[in-house]
Amino acid sequence: MAGSAPLQWRIIVGTKEDGATGVARSQQEPEMLVYIIRRLMQAALVMVVMSAVVFAGIYVIGDPVAMMISPDASEVEREAVRVTLGLDQPTWRQYLTFVGDALHGDFGKSFLAGQPAMGLIFERMPATMELAVASLILSLLIGLPMGVYAGLRPHAPGSKAIMTGSILGFSLPNFWVGLMLIMVFAVLLPDLIPWWPRLPASGRGTTVNLLGVPVSFLTADGLLHLILPALTLAFYKGALIVRLARATAREVLPMDYIKFARAKGLSENRIVGVHVLKNIMIPIATVSGLEFGQTVAFAVVTETVFSWPGMGKLLIDSILLLDRPVVVAYLVVIVFFFVILNLVVDLLYSVLDPRVRLESRAT
Amino acid sequence: MTDSALEPVAAVRPQTPFQRVVSDFCESRLAVFGLVLVVISAFVALFAPWISPQNPFDIASLDLLDAKVPPGTVSGDGKMVYWLGTDGQARDMLSAIFYGMRISLFVGAVSVVVALAIGVVVGLVAAYAGGKVDALLMRIVDLMLSFPAILVALILLSVLGKGIDKVLFALILVQWAYFARAARGAALVERNKEYVEAATCLALPASRIVFRHMLPNCMPSLIVIATITLARAIALEATLSFLGVGVPVTQPSLGMLISNGFEFLLSGSYWISFFPGVALAIAIVGINLAGDQLRDVLNPRNLR
Amino acid sequence: MSEAGLQVRNLRTHFFTKEGVARAVDGVDFDVAPGEILGLVGESGSGKTVTGFSILGLIDPPGRIVEGSSIRFAGEELTKAKPERLRAIRGAEIAMIFQDPMMTLNPVLRIDTQMIETVQAHLKVGEAEARRRARAALVQVGIASPDERLRAYPHQFSGGMRQRVAIAIALLHKPRLIVADEPTTALDVTIQGQILFEMQRLCGESNTALIWITHDLAVVAGLADRIAVMYAGRIVEMGRTADIIERPMHPYTKGLIGSVPSQNTRGHPLAQIPGMAPSLLKLPAGCAFKARCPIAIDKCNEMPALEAHRPDQLARCWRAAA
Repeated sequence: MAGSAPLQWRIIVGTKEDGATGVARSQQEPEMLVYIIRRLMQAALVMVVMSAVVFAGIYVIGDPVAMMISPDASEVEREAVRVTLGLDQPTWRQYLTFVGDALHGDFGKSFLAGQPAMGLIFERMPATMELAVASLILSLLIGLPMGVYAGLRPHAPGSKAIMTGSILGFSLPNFWVGLMLIMVFAVLLPDLIPWWPRLPASGRGTTVNLLGVPVSFLTADGLLHLILPALTLAFYKGALIVRLARATAREVLPMDYIKFARAKGLSENRIVGVHVLKNIMIPIATVSGLEFGQTVAFAVVTETVFSWPGMGKLLIDSILLLDRPVVVAYLVVIVFFFVILNLVVDLLYSVLDPRVRLESRAT
Repeated sequence: MTDSALEPVAAVRPQTPFQRVVSDFCESRLAVFGLVLVVISAFVALFAPWISPQNPFDIASLDLLDAKVPPGTVSGDGKMVYWLGTDGQARDMLSAIFYGMRISLFVGAVSVVVALAIGVVVGLVAAYAGGKVDALLMRIVDLMLSFPAILVALILLSVLGKGIDKVLFALILVQWAYFARAARGAALVERNKEYVEAATCLALPASRIVFRHMLPNCMPSLIVIATITLARAIALEATLSFLGVGVPVTQPSLGMLISNGFEFLLSGSYWISFFPGVALAIAIVGINLAGDQLRDVLNPRNLR
Repeated sequence: MSEAGLQVRNLRTHFFTKEGVARAVDGVDFDVAPGEILGLVGESGSGKTVTGFSILGLIDPPGRIVEGSSIRFAGEELTKAKPERLRAIRGAEIAMIFQDPMMTLNPVLRIDTQMIETVQAHLKVGEAEARRRARAALVQVGIASPDERLRAYPHQFSGGMRQRVAIAIALLHKPRLIVADEPTTALDVTIQGQILFEMQRLCGESNTALIWITHDLAVVAGLADRIAVMYAGRIVEMGRTADIIERPMHPYTKGLIGSVPSQNTRGHPLAQIPGMAPSLLKLPAGCAFKARCPIAIDKCNEMPALEAHRPDQLARCWRAAA
């Protein structure tokens, strides 16, 4: 049947499949190393292009001076600020300065906080990563079993409910889901049922230091604060996983090797738990990896709804308050993150699928 | 013993393709339900000024004493019932939702139509021209698709500022690439078919081949993508408005209404956010339920 | 007939689809004695593969074995067996070998994983012991460097090698019956010969009964003790191999034998059986072969029974004795 996954997802994956073909191309070059180097160079090229785009967008179109000065400043004062910011230089020279500074990790200071912009980003990164990883785990824990079940028993009423739920899952906007979760778990249920715990709807819980990085999931209070935002973020991805797992399970089940596994006398549990699952894991892992980037992006919304002190909330605040250096720093970090993520996913794909990995050494 | 042999299906009267699509579509009750939701939303959006109990933009008609009253309260002057309550400025939520739906659907629909037009042109050109042009265009498309729409839109709006036209621009920018890719994909399939060769042999101009011959065959998949994208566009606009970078306060979409009510969520006046949220969900879910069935029905494999 | 071995009586497996009922197997009776090799021959759609799957209870919906069918193995009625009992039998007492070894081995799991799980599905042994048995099975089918092979993935093997692995898996628990569904059809002719030889040897050594399903009469002519010819869901001829090959009774069997090119047919146009097998959804009344039969008569509108027109050779034809 036509894929149960939404078309836009397939389109997204379609883009990345080019990367997968790139892995297959490595058959001709027996060295994985050459492939990695080639991808890194591609990544560098993307970074250069993006930096130019970002620079053009922020510094050329916008007017940095306007925000730094009160509206009734004199022309002399404006000029002075312009010189300080280096805006009197020709554009190309500004760009080079920008790049030069960027390579040193210097993106200027946040207009509001006075701190270096990049430093601020790094401060908030652990919170966002924690949220993103927690939602990834949640979406897999919830989405995989439901999707596999729907694939095994497509006509059971539970399956139809799961598939309908998945449509809701990826169509409802992130902030709406967060809102509803807050309403239900932080307002309605605790109000109606006396003993129901009131889940916190904002902020991050108590943190402890793990390898020098503050994490909150190791404390009970931290976990409580993590539940609602992670659940919100997990909705979209969970819905995708459900549909993908179901579609793949439906593809795998009629295969000969499943019938052969039955002919060998394997228990149904083993067949599903090992044979079917192993085949499902490959596309799931690939999509999860790709979607992780989307998750970090959507974290922007979730963090706003739940006042979660991560990079995303920082970005929104900076945008609203016109704190340009922080926005630029965030953009660069995100682009870098995406590029690395794509590379990792491609490599992961070749690790997971033995057919791709070992082609070059086939007997 | 009975073998319960099934009788072969009786011959059906031949239907036009359109009739077949409609009857296949109606096989799913959920899809029909979704379609009903869509019709309701569209109706509300189109006729908002005439069916709203109150014009929420007319400051003079607001009575501040009626602010933040719960759903079902009668207004201070007894002339109307606030079916869904009022917000912090005493605006009737039902009316605000009607007008908000208007803006949400308008922005979503217009952005999709324009993005469709642009994307289809680019995709068809790429497919027909092939070679370097195709490679270059698709590289751009890939680049656009690989970044999350929300981030691109956010950054763009942060630079451009608020305003419906700017929101439209941002939405169009993040959506055209989907259509381009889909149109190109469908067109490539068509391009290899014989009728294109035949038309080329007849020395028809390229534009005619592309638009009069290839385009109609790409329509089914484009329609499906358009419905999905419409739901996404509405959701995206709502998200942007919720974050405060979307539509201006003077033209509140559903997203902005939700955002306005957010601060009251925990303090008890939940209806200020909740009902706009429900309205938004109705529109989006309706489109997706109908679109999902539409996709199964219009699947090229089923159409042949 | 002794209780040991396989007795199939009135097996009917029908597929209940939207377009109608496909009677894939429609009244099949045969026996396989312990250690005997039966060749089940027929063209595509004759029902031979479905028969094989029916014995193992591997028929998926919309198909099912219809009431009134009986499959007795070692005294046990398989059609009435509980699913758990069937699972225990499969792979241990009755094993199956499929046609295309590329698709029967899970491409993302290693060979040792797939063999060890088969051992552990029926025996409570540790992994080391299971691995030892797997290794021994590979040696038994003639695979060199078994330790290396165990750690490999299916796509790293050639077709013939993969089929040997499949045979090794089938032999792991020394089953009393193996059902082999066209195991050499997907392989080169030279490999085909090797596999045939191996199977014959292995079955002889362990006194394992074997049902060899094929469309190629020539393949089983040298291997099988007895041959059953199937057409449109029924057995049309059955008997000892030598009898069937040298003195076939049913026109279809004669057609099959006649269409095999050999030294004797050199220079002559190849003989064919005209027409096509009927659709299983629309089987004609009476003998299913009559439309293609060179000696059909009016009586053929009535379905003939499978009768022993000669001692120990049965045929389903009114004119078998001709």
